[in-house]
Amino acid sequence: MKDIKKAGPSRRTVLKGAAATVTAAGASTLGAPMIWAQNIKDVVLRQSGTGVSAFNEIAQKVKEDLGFTLEMTALDSDAVAQRVATQPGSFDIADIEYWMCKKVWPVGNLQAMDVSKIANYDQIVGIFKDGKLTPESEIAQGTAPHTVGFVESVDGTAFADSPTEWMTLIPTIYNADTLGIRPDLIGRPINNWSELLNPEFAGKASILDVSSIGIMDMAMVCESMGEIQYGDKGNMTREEIDKTIAIFTEAKQNGQFRAFWKTFDESVNLMASGEVVIQSMWSPAITAVRSQGIPCVYQPLEEGYRSWGGGIGLSAALSGLELEAAYEYLNWYLSGWVGGFLMRQGYYSAVPETSKEFMTDNEWGYWFEGKPAEEPIVNPQGVTMEEAGAVRDGGSFYDRMGSVACWNAVMDENQYMVRKWNEFIAS
Amino acid sequence: MTASDHTVAKDAVPPSGGAASTARPSLARRVLSDGFTSWALATPVTLVLAFFLLAPIAMIVAVSFWGSTSFSIYPDFIWDNYDYLLGSSVTYKVFLTTLKFAFMTWIISLVVGFTVAYYLTFHIRSLTWQIALFLLCTIPFWTSNIIRMISWIPFLGRNGIANQTLMDLGFTTEPLEWLLYSEFSVTLAFVHLYTLFMVVPIFNTMMRIDKSLIEAAYDAGASGFQILTNVIIPLCKPGMMIGSIFVVTLVMGDFITVRFMSGSQIANVGRLISNDIALLAYPSAAATAVVLLITVLIMVAVMLRFVDIRKEL
Repeated sequence: MKDIKKAGPSRRTVLKGAAATVTAAGASTLGAPMIWAQNIKDVVLRQSGTGVSAFNEIAQKVKEDLGFTLEMTALDSDAVAQRVATQPGSFDIADIEYWMCKKVWPVGNLQAMDVSKIANYDQIVGIFKDGKLTPESEIAQGTAPHTVGFVESVDGTAFADSPTEWMTLIPTIYNADTLGIRPDLIGRPINNWSELLNPEFAGKASILDVSSIGIMDMAMVCESMGEIQYGDKGNMTREEIDKTIAIFTEAKQNGQFRAFWKTFDESVNLMASGEVVIQSMWSPAITAVRSQGIPCVYQPLEEGYRSWGGGIGLSAALSGLELEAAYEYLNWYLSGWVGGFLMRQGYYSAVPETSKEFMTDNEWGYWFEGKPAEEPIVNPQGVTMEEAGAVRDGGSFYDRMGSVACWNAVMDENQYMVRKWNEFIAS
Repeated sequence: MTASDHTVAKDAVPPSGGAASTARPSLARRVLSDGFTSWALATPVTLVLAFFLLAPIAMIVAVSFWGSTSFSIYPDFIWDNYDYLLGSSVTYKVFLTTLKFAFMTWIISLVVGFTVAYYLTFHIRSLTWQIALFLLCTIPFWTSNIIRMISWIPFLGRNGIANQTLMDLGFTTEPLEWLLYSEFSVTLAFVHLYTLFMVVPIFNTMMRIDKSLIEAAYDAGASGFQILTNVIIPLCKPGMMIGSIFVVTLVMGDFITVRFMSGSQIANVGRLISNDIALLAYPSAAATAVVLLITVLIMVAVMLRFVDIRKEL
């Protein structure tokens, strides 16, 4: 109990409709002074999303704190995008990434959200509003969340250039990705993306076989090698795609890659078994390798990170009581508990300040501020993953999110890129 | 077989055909029900095949002419999918790779399967032991084929048992990289997964070879090798051909073995299809499937030219 503050009172104060009398932990309902207070228990919201943030713990906590039922379905990103675009009746809440939003929003199956109903709107980090983490920040290439974060009206289909009253997605979870390395098997500092194609690691490198993300990692590498200068890595021209793929095809034929991975567990196994010493990797995979007692570093690189962000959107079909419940859910999501939960996984919350109250000072210092851990860091399942004195790879939130070079994106030449990608795999 | 079929037919028909015609003369009834019997017997299997084989194939062929956008597919009659498929050098490369795996797996599993069947038939004398050893061959197949395949990965890996053993025995000083995530590992997994499909039909035909034929050949002065090539192999042809059809069609249609055992670095036709499906390009996947189906049908037709399975059985 020492490590996690059960900050009941503060949770209540941040909850919208906090006039509520929250009963003791457990069977609490949000007894807000509204007519629907009794009916809300019967509400079931169906959330479809990528697996990244589909945690059962969140659904349980929703039931406890808000009283209604949240049903989560985890699908791969293509399937989610398809469902949002083509089956509006199959979900109430869409948990998608910002680059997908660019593809699916114009179809019109999502409704914009009134920011005046979002209690913590003002505290949402700048990345999701004007695109700037701090006033001095440069805006990275790719589909930066703020470029698809707002529309002009509730049913607007064109994205607004600056923040408006209507948000497309409420940001939930985001992170900065980089290369994972095995420091024990490399034995020297790694500082650049170009190291992925360094012949020194021939037969010991890997890249992920997911075209939309893999092409960005490739672009980071080619730019770092000085081979290609991109206009916008997130929206390449055909020539840029051709050149990028050509460089990697040559490397593949020279035996640079041990394997390509498609799923989380494959990336963990490749790294843990020593088949691969440098590869594209996702944050929880690093944690998984480390928790086997194998050294693995999420290496910060000079060129910066490839970043991604997820958010939740509301189905255009939601109305009445269910819409109210959905807004309750959004506000609850930003109110801190979820943020703390996600930050302990290595992700970031859109409203970090509220999460602070649900984390110990030690956890906050390690995960957010980049300070050395004062006590062992425990993962959400209760297993110790870092000893005292450990520092998070890449440092603080501002160090990491402040050096984003590129956001996951969907290109205008997407179909062409996918074909080229398939040729690369088959070559 | 024929006798029992007739029994079944006679039992089966009266409830359906007979109910309406109980009042009719017995001769007319018999004629009617005989004609009806054939139809009635053929109907269930026809319906099953029509619903579960012909209709899906017709659907795949139809969809292969449809158009698609990033999110949707729409009915149409366009040749775009085939245009792109047949116009891309990747397609030919991938089909060639697929055929190469089919050929290598076929040769190796044929040799291994024939040897195993030969040993079981001619070197094991008691039927009990033959059955026991045959069951032994099937033990690996009691687990999922994914498990059987994945278990090779730690074994063949850079720090796996195979490399450790080779280095401990002094055969190599460096780990052999080509053991895993290579054409070797893919072929190895295929052979491991599919050899049983070769053993079973060959064992079956071999067991039915009349031993007196072999004795006669021996009496006529044939050597062991001559008996093998002139008596046993010709008589085993149907079994070898059935096994070959199994192995070739299985390898041609596979995608997961190639993906896992090559570390996603080698593409075969199945992977082209699965990539298309992941990107919701169903029409393109359907077109690839149709071309694959035609290729496999041609291969099976060619194989059947060599052996008339119907006659030989």
